[in-house]
Amino acid sequence: MSEHKWPAEWQEWAEASRATFPNAQSSLMPFLHRVRTQRGWLPPEALDAAADLLGMTRQHVDSVVSFYTLFRSEATGRRTVHVCLGLSCMMAGADTLMENLEQDLGIAEGQTTRDGAVTLLEAECLAACDLAPACQVNLVYRGPVAPEAYRELLEMPVPEPDAWAPPTTPEAREATHRG
Amino acid sequence: MGSALPNRHYLLRQRDVADVHQLAVYREHGGYTALQQALQANQPDQLVELAKASGLRGRGGAGFPTGMKWSFLPKDGRARVLVINADEGEPGTFKDRELIEGNPHQLIEGMIITCFAIGAPESYVYIRGEFLHGYERLTAAIREAEEAGILGEHVMGYDFSHRMFVYRGAGAYICGEETALLESLEGKRGNPRSKPPFPAVAGLYGRPTVVNNVETIMNLPPLVLEGADWYRQWGTEKSPGLKVMSVSGHVNRPGNYEVPLDWTLAELIEAAGGVRTGHAVKAVIPGGSSMPCMPASQLDTPIDYESLVQAGSMLGSGGCIVMDDSTCIVRAVARVVRFYRNESCGKCTPCREGTYWLTDIMDRLERGDGEMRDLDTLLDVSDNINGKAFCALGDAAVGFLVSALKHFREEFVEHITGQRCPLGARQYDTVNH
Repeated sequence: MSEHKWPAEWQEWAEASRATFPNAQSSLMPFLHRVRTQRGWLPPEALDAAADLLGMTRQHVDSVVSFYTLFRSEATGRRTVHVCLGLSCMMAGADTLMENLEQDLGIAEGQTTRDGAVTLLEAECLAACDLAPACQVNLVYRGPVAPEAYRELLEMPVPEPDAWAPPTTPEAREATHRG
Repeated sequence: MGSALPNRHYLLRQRDVADVHQLAVYREHGGYTALQQALQANQPDQLVELAKASGLRGRGGAGFPTGMKWSFLPKDGRARVLVINADEGEPGTFKDRELIEGNPHQLIEGMIITCFAIGAPESYVYIRGEFLHGYERLTAAIREAEEAGILGEHVMGYDFSHRMFVYRGAGAYICGEETALLESLEGKRGNPRSKPPFPAVAGLYGRPTVVNNVETIMNLPPLVLEGADWYRQWGTEKSPGLKVMSVSGHVNRPGNYEVPLDWTLAELIEAAGGVRTGHAVKAVIPGGSSMPCMPASQLDTPIDYESLVQAGSMLGSGGCIVMDDSTCIVRAVARVVRFYRNESCGKCTPCREGTYWLTDIMDRLERGDGEMRDLDTLLDVSDNINGKAFCALGDAAVGFLVSALKHFREEFVEHITGQRCPLGARQYDTVNH
């Protein structure tokens, strides 16, 4: 494990995660959650850091990251809007809500606006069918959101990543926009 | 008619008591007296017997008797672990979210009582990654309990010590399956494990483990205070007690309802404000989207585990999705099979490939591009998934589809012969606003 290679807070979080859970391998997901909250997504150096600081192979880190939808290794905007497309939400107009957002933002589901402000994603049942159509913006619930009231999701105040990581190259920015 | 509603909530206590998520308020209203009573009596085996006598069954989906589950732990002197499954994600189900956010101390109290009963020095809550608010509420409540001496060394001054951990999932429905959950809790991909060994023998980090649902364990504090007979005043002999039912879809007041288990589906829908004026119920999925649907003619079925099985469905997690006569069943099924395709972990071929094909065919049918032979193919593929995959996700993927083909076959046929959806493409947009 290196001393100065990674941001100080990452080293602290890795230590804290290892100390919290008696079994070292359980420290990976708590660590990734903290970096994800800070950066908005998991840039490549975060995955290297996880492997290095937690004593795992990068392959293992990748295998875990690729399994879970909240762990995104593609550049993601400062504001992630999840629209629930579960059955109850669909019955309440979630598809139209999604279409309205796509039209307003000029992107398709799965993409990020060019300025990095918003990523638009579909969510599987958010366990909030009482709020159908339900959404989350940076994991804060909102609902019911009538399809024509979609702007609420772009305007409501939510905690944003305090050290958001922009896409690293122009190619990556373009790829992000295409989704 | 089912039994009368109790005059208060025993699980959704936040409905009666403001700010009950705060330790001071929870204690003011009798919180942690059940734990104190259990520790004072110092008879862990009696607590297991109490759970058995009450007939309490697991509220996560399978309905397995809770006390019996605890008694499967081998008596070999190893330290046990309790893991709470708070990875709620079954479409139509949203009870654990409200229970954790609103009444976290009752979960903590129930967990400590359970851990004292089974001899577990450690417990874990595996909470869905999307439940950020619930995670914050729960960790704050645990901190309060630690500072008050309710968790940690010598719980409430008694000879029992306990540590509690909260672990966040990160977006994977499959992690609600208990062995996938354990894999995830160990920091891995959430692929289900081979059974045996069952978690009771080799669970988290190989230790003897009990995995229980949030709602199940929240029943413990009132049970300890009031006793098994009290619990049995509601429900039936085999399905006693109260259940938090999540009601959603085309009802006027979607939400969670804490009701006796001998209520009928019709009574439950009535409690949720009934369906919209001018509409009638078409179909109901009583226990989350993994369960078969029931047509309106079966609404007088009681919601207890046995009656719903007899009627061809299951209580599952209690996520009751109500569809009125404006619903296109083909579109609803298409949405549900797509969910299972997206959430299949990919480990078993029948589930991974089968859900892909079902989604493909259902989308084609809904577009009006289907053929009659597709209906046989749907049943054939379903048959090749059902019971032929490692865990229950595959079975879950076909329940609604097969039941819809049984009860509403003519609607599938109309999509094929008319080459379009007879109800129109966007018939839902005026609902519930």
